[in-house]
Amino acid sequence: MKNQRKVYAISGGVTKFAKAHPEMDFRLMVKKAFDYAMKDVPNLEVKDIDSSRIAYFSDHFTRQLKAASMVQDFIGLNPKDSRRIEWGGATGGQCIQAGWEAIASGRSDICVVAGFETMSRVETWKGNEFIALASDTNFDYPVGGFYTGYYALMVQRHIYEYLRKSKFAHIKDEKEAQRLAINDAMRIMSMVSVKNHINALHNPYAQYPMRLSVDDVLKSEMIAYPLNRHNICTMSDGAAVMILASEDVVSRYTKKPVLIKGVGCGTDTMRLSDRPHGEVPLFDWEKKSDYGGLDYPGVHSFRAGRTAALEAYKHAGIKNPNKELSFIELHDAYASSEIQTYEDLGLCKYGGGYDFVEQGHPFLGDIDYGLELPRKGTMPVNPSGGLIACGHPVGATGIMQGVFALWQLQGRIKEHFGDDALQIKNAKRGLIHSHAGTGSSVSVSIFEAV
Amino acid sequence: MVEKFDRFRDVMKEVNKSGAAIYRNPVGTEDLVILSPYRINYIHSYAQDSKFFTALAEGKLMGSVCKKCKYRYGTPRSHCMECGSETEWFELPLEGRVHSWTTCYFGGEEFLKETPFNLVLVEFKGVNTLFLARLIGAAMDDIFTGMKVRAEFKKKPKYLVSDVYFVPAK
Repeated sequence: MKNQRKVYAISGGVTKFAKAHPEMDFRLMVKKAFDYAMKDVPNLEVKDIDSSRIAYFSDHFTRQLKAASMVQDFIGLNPKDSRRIEWGGATGGQCIQAGWEAIASGRSDICVVAGFETMSRVETWKGNEFIALASDTNFDYPVGGFYTGYYALMVQRHIYEYLRKSKFAHIKDEKEAQRLAINDAMRIMSMVSVKNHINALHNPYAQYPMRLSVDDVLKSEMIAYPLNRHNICTMSDGAAVMILASEDVVSRYTKKPVLIKGVGCGTDTMRLSDRPHGEVPLFDWEKKSDYGGLDYPGVHSFRAGRTAALEAYKHAGIKNPNKELSFIELHDAYASSEIQTYEDLGLCKYGGGYDFVEQGHPFLGDIDYGLELPRKGTMPVNPSGGLIACGHPVGATGIMQGVFALWQLQGRIKEHFGDDALQIKNAKRGLIHSHAGTGSSVSVSIFEAV
Repeated sequence: MVEKFDRFRDVMKEVNKSGAAIYRNPVGTEDLVILSPYRINYIHSYAQDSKFFTALAEGKLMGSVCKKCKYRYGTPRSHCMECGSETEWFELPLEGRVHSWTTCYFGGEEFLKETPFNLVLVEFKGVNTLFLARLIGAAMDDIFTGMKVRAEFKKKPKYLVSDVYFVPAK
């Protein structure tokens, strides 16, 4: 990537994610987030806006085609350039990158990036069915049509590759070794759930802030073995908006812009069954011999996530993410996929995700989780509470991550949250990660304070 | 008159019963909520995948193999994802091993009544990719990665991929 104009995030707004917002339709939700963002940059007027990129995942949930045009209409952006963005669960993250492209290319100076989802309009099981329609409807959907089932299949193989074959390699009885490995993974996944729910206690936008223990998570209802209720995000209603500006105009609107320093995308097969077995695309700090005999990505890892990270790090000039990033907001639709994603992003090697949690790296240094964490807080992940605790109104989710990253890097968490417990001190650079399907599409964007 | 409720759960119940209800929203609004049904029958062609589904009715499980690079697919693709060439059909073995598995206790509406059910990704010897299916006749505690499984077929085909399922093999 070269020769693009610099693109900055200048403001954002998020509606509180909730099970249902029957008092607002999708247009009014976006309007509220948009007005909040506009209020934060008083010198910006609607006439200065060149374009919008508007995101939502599912026409089944809206049952209103061209809903993005209705948002454009409702928030008063006609007759400006606009388009709808859809990329499954990664819709929001991809929408930010679409806005970035509109400005980097020179086409726009100011672009509004907006996303929403209204999932409360059907019962949870019907919602699960709609989401499962984002799997191959010839070969995958009719077998069981359930995304938590697909993620359970993936983490089961991850556990087999990385716990069964290492920590539990000494157990002779195959079945017993596998059970011990699964139980160990369930305990560690629950630590991720505890982290995200407790972080969310300090985030007024979150849907499910809770002080949980590992035991509470383990005792929650089993949904698809080994994933319990508290290890899974829920369906939500919500909207989020970010406003982006070019290097040529940014100084007119804010003294604290945040640079979008790097963007990356990756893709993989729609069906889990097709996931090829090849070699790991390596970061500079990894060696081929680290992964001898590993069939990659199989169904245990996300090649799309690794590919997106490789592109984004290269674009942003990042050589060591653990040193150069101050925090990460990643797509924890499942506690399992948060752990798998640490490895895709190179925070640890493949297989190192469980130890990364047990050491305490992704926790916040100053928050009490009721856990023994020897190396707590070296790389905070999902300080906001992530999808598990904030909720996941699909089209809004990636943009919500972007808004939280913006506020972190502006040092203004207290102003927006009314509480500075989640403020990462001297935050310099943050990464947001948006993930779709069974890992079929992933985007990674890197933001930097200036 | 449309009935009013303080709990959204009750609104949903009433809407399902009578078609409309008003939600006394704690934010201070009164929201009118109605039932909006949506049913569609699609005329769906399996197109290039058709042979897989007709073969199920004959008790055969078909994969495909790339004519050029010989990549072997456990779930058929008409064109190779590695080199783009056309593939040809071949008959998969009816025995394989569990590559990964889960037991689902919840699901989409269509399959809710079938819970709990087991999903398995099946690997076949000498085949590069996998096949997703139900595993029947095994309790959660009996299943493990590497376990031998065998394909069985429904007596009355529905021409769905679920016409084939797996059972534990000796």
